[in-house]
Amino acid sequence: MALPELKQTATEARLAALSLPQGGCLDAGRAAAVARVQTLGLPDRRDEYWKYTRPDTLVTADAPTAEVFESTEAPVFDAMDRVKIVFVDGVFDSAASDDLSLEGVTIDRLSDLADTDIHWAKDLYGVLEARGQTPVARPLAALNTAYATDGVVIHVTGKPSKPISLIYKHADTASDAILHHVIRVESGAEATILENGPAASRFNKVTEIDIADGGTLHHIRAQGRDHARRAATHMFTRLGSGSVYKSFTLTVNGVLTRNEQVIELTGDDAVAHVAGACVGDGDFHHDDTVFITHDAVNCESRQVFKKVLRNGATGVFQGKILVKEGAQKTDGYQISQSLLLDEDSQFLAKPELEIYADDVACSHGSTSGAIDDDALFYLRSRGVPHGVATDLLTLAFLAEAVEEIEHEDIAAELVDRLEGWLARRR
Amino acid sequence: MAALDQFEAKEGVDQETVDAVREISTYKYGWETEIEMEYAPKGVNPDIVRLISEKNNEPEWMTEWRLAAFERWEKMDEPNWAMVSYPEIDFQDQYYYARPKSMEEKPKSLDEVDPKLLATYEKLGIPLKEQMILAGVEGAEDMPAEGRKVAVDAVFDSVSVGTTFQEELKKAGVIFCSISEAIREHPELVKKYLGTVVPVTDNYYATLNSAVFSDGSFVYIPPNTRCPMELSTYFRINAENTGQFERTLIIADKGSYVSYLEGCTAPQRDTAQLHAAVVEIIIEEDAEVKYSTVQNWFPGDEEGKGGIYNFVTKRADCRGDRSKIMWTQVETGSAVTWKYPSCILRGKESQGEFYSIAITNNYQQADTGTKMVHLGKDTKSRIVSKGISAGKAQNTYRGLVSMHPKAKNSRNYTQCDSLLIGDKCGAHTVPYIEVKNNSSRVEHEATTSKVDDDQLFYCRQRGMDEEEAVALVVNGFCKEVLQALPMEFAMEAQQLVAISLEGSVG
Repeated sequence: MALPELKQTATEARLAALSLPQGGCLDAGRAAAVARVQTLGLPDRRDEYWKYTRPDTLVTADAPTAEVFESTEAPVFDAMDRVKIVFVDGVFDSAASDDLSLEGVTIDRLSDLADTDIHWAKDLYGVLEARGQTPVARPLAALNTAYATDGVVIHVTGKPSKPISLIYKHADTASDAILHHVIRVESGAEATILENGPAASRFNKVTEIDIADGGTLHHIRAQGRDHARRAATHMFTRLGSGSVYKSFTLTVNGVLTRNEQVIELTGDDAVAHVAGACVGDGDFHHDDTVFITHDAVNCESRQVFKKVLRNGATGVFQGKILVKEGAQKTDGYQISQSLLLDEDSQFLAKPELEIYADDVACSHGSTSGAIDDDALFYLRSRGVPHGVATDLLTLAFLAEAVEEIEHEDIAAELVDRLEGWLARRR
Repeated sequence: MAALDQFEAKEGVDQETVDAVREISTYKYGWETEIEMEYAPKGVNPDIVRLISEKNNEPEWMTEWRLAAFERWEKMDEPNWAMVSYPEIDFQDQYYYARPKSMEEKPKSLDEVDPKLLATYEKLGIPLKEQMILAGVEGAEDMPAEGRKVAVDAVFDSVSVGTTFQEELKKAGVIFCSISEAIREHPELVKKYLGTVVPVTDNYYATLNSAVFSDGSFVYIPPNTRCPMELSTYFRINAENTGQFERTLIIADKGSYVSYLEGCTAPQRDTAQLHAAVVEIIIEEDAEVKYSTVQNWFPGDEEGKGGIYNFVTKRADCRGDRSKIMWTQVETGSAVTWKYPSCILRGKESQGEFYSIAITNNYQQADTGTKMVHLGKDTKSRIVSKGISAGKAQNTYRGLVSMHPKAKNSRNYTQCDSLLIGDKCGAHTVPYIEVKNNSSRVEHEATTSKVDDDQLFYCRQRGMDEEEAVALVVNGFCKEVLQALPMEFAMEAQQLVAISLEGSVG
């Protein structure tokens, strides 16, 4: 079917501004992705899937400019022992990065795959993204597969001793970065991936994660700092039997963030937990879009998303649990909650269930409201000043999502950051 | 039903029980009344619209209104966002007007109505002439000793065939008549309110309805009046290939109260039939309307053949402060249901409630829910939806709760639960939640589960067979909604729950 004219024009304009990386084993995957973008067309505001988030600025040929935010505070995860991989405006910075050799894992740069015809990542690149295009189209992800300039391919074969940390720095006010990562966790292997930083003025990132039977991946992201940045990220995760995927995303600031997570439980007894906390002040729009497909028996999925919004900030949650025919004994849980700190902020949610198997227990809940007056009164009556009491209750609200992180030190650090954010606004 | 035939042989079960169970376990409204009908030619075009208008002796302004709607409809596309799939409908292959021949001249009283028609309604269990005396309500404090009166407006295919208790209602100042009569007799009211809640441009089916609606009910309750009896409309599609497009307009003026019941049935046929109704309710200050539906259109057979395509737009506008609407629906029929009774809470402290049971079995598909649009301060809404899916059916709850910036201190509570019986069916929940101020609280909960094994075991252990046990558990699951129904419907609805699930276990 031909695309509507406006969509066609916008898509062509965007593609014309990009150049297709050439050479190596990814060529076929990239070509297929170009075709996908052309068929799907880039999103516009008429798309149901973009009902609550305007994609215009993510689609324009040139990235809107974004001031670089200078902070005196050290970046998150700074004190941790980890393998650092640094990108500045989407360009790999070898001087700032650590040596990529670590026992139990091999890490390559995506751009190096242009020089080779044989690589394990060839069979995965764009594959999970393509699977994730049905039943809902995610054209920005297809665009990424086609035009990604760099990224990392991580092959986890054992249990590396420290986390692999991807750091995205922002330096140029008009940067437009497209990065694509592929992660394969082998049977019985286990790793932790950390990500942090504003990345670029506009950031389009896709992460494809394939976890084999019995593999485990912990994934913690902290998107923050710059106020004017925009980001559209996609994570496509496929889980084999008995595998575990735990993801947490903290989002602070940013005029526009759209985080899509597409998770497919294909092996029995797999477990996927996705959680997120976001705090927004003023010109802030944050969208969590999650699509979890249960296609095996006795799997568990859990979604916990919390948003604190003030001064006209907007929070969006679109979450879906799809239980396919035969995916019996599914345990699906989803909660999305927002705390609106003033009259101007808004929360828009679409929590969906689509279920085709009868022996399942699925539930979702969604709430929105202000701080509980009774709880506030209780604290005030015990001599806690109003500002401190509000922060305390706000933090308690967010903590439920942060608690989803298994790594206690990381959880504690993120809570510290949230405390600082609230204190600065008291 | 084979299982029930064997049932007879069982010891300790008396024949009465067997008959009762058998009676409720098939679609008992599947028969057709052989009656001479008058049809307009098939298809829809401006001439048909004019013809319908002419048949109803409508004034010029009404004809124009219809034609404008038709013009608009021609430019619209059929919506496809609902989780239902059905073969494309040929809108030109339908009769848009059919009426019993005997109705050519409007009868002066029910005595002149074709006895066959009256027999039809009697068969449906609707006493047009007599008071309805209900079992089990005797001694209820607020009821007269002889039982409760219900005024009935019956719509047969395209036309209203009779409205009972006109005189008594008139004494109270209540107007309850067919909409065609209202257009002639009370044009000022119809002009003032028609299309103000569901505008002509609202959606594909509502626009089509605006162009071709043939009849329906009209209710006006004057200020500070409590309608002396419950009002009821019974819709029957009888003729083949006929679409039924009824239009209901209810106006509850300041401080008034009315409880309105609606029931629907259709004969069993192989081909699908179209039903696209519009219901508009206007509720002024301090007024309250209860609207209850038991929708039991023919759902199609076990193979998914035939059945009614039910595309309905229902909306209540709580215009006045402290006004209140309560929708209760039991949706067991129709092959395809597309229906979202909505509440616009405009007045301060207005309230909307929505209680729904949707049961789908065999190849039925239902996409139903509600919209709660909070515009005024201190408004409240509550949604309780129970979806039950069996056989190869698909059941979707789709709803919207919207808190506008000015709807300070508003409150919503939503609970939608789904129950799956069998592993070939589906149950889905698609809620939209939009909160644009922080003094309002919105809570949404949804669960999906199967019939609890422990509960089933408990029932089986006490001698029930599996089907009875499931029906009992399901009735318990629906209790919150069944309790919200008026007495007349609660009993029928409970039986319907059992009928609809027939053959879904084992």
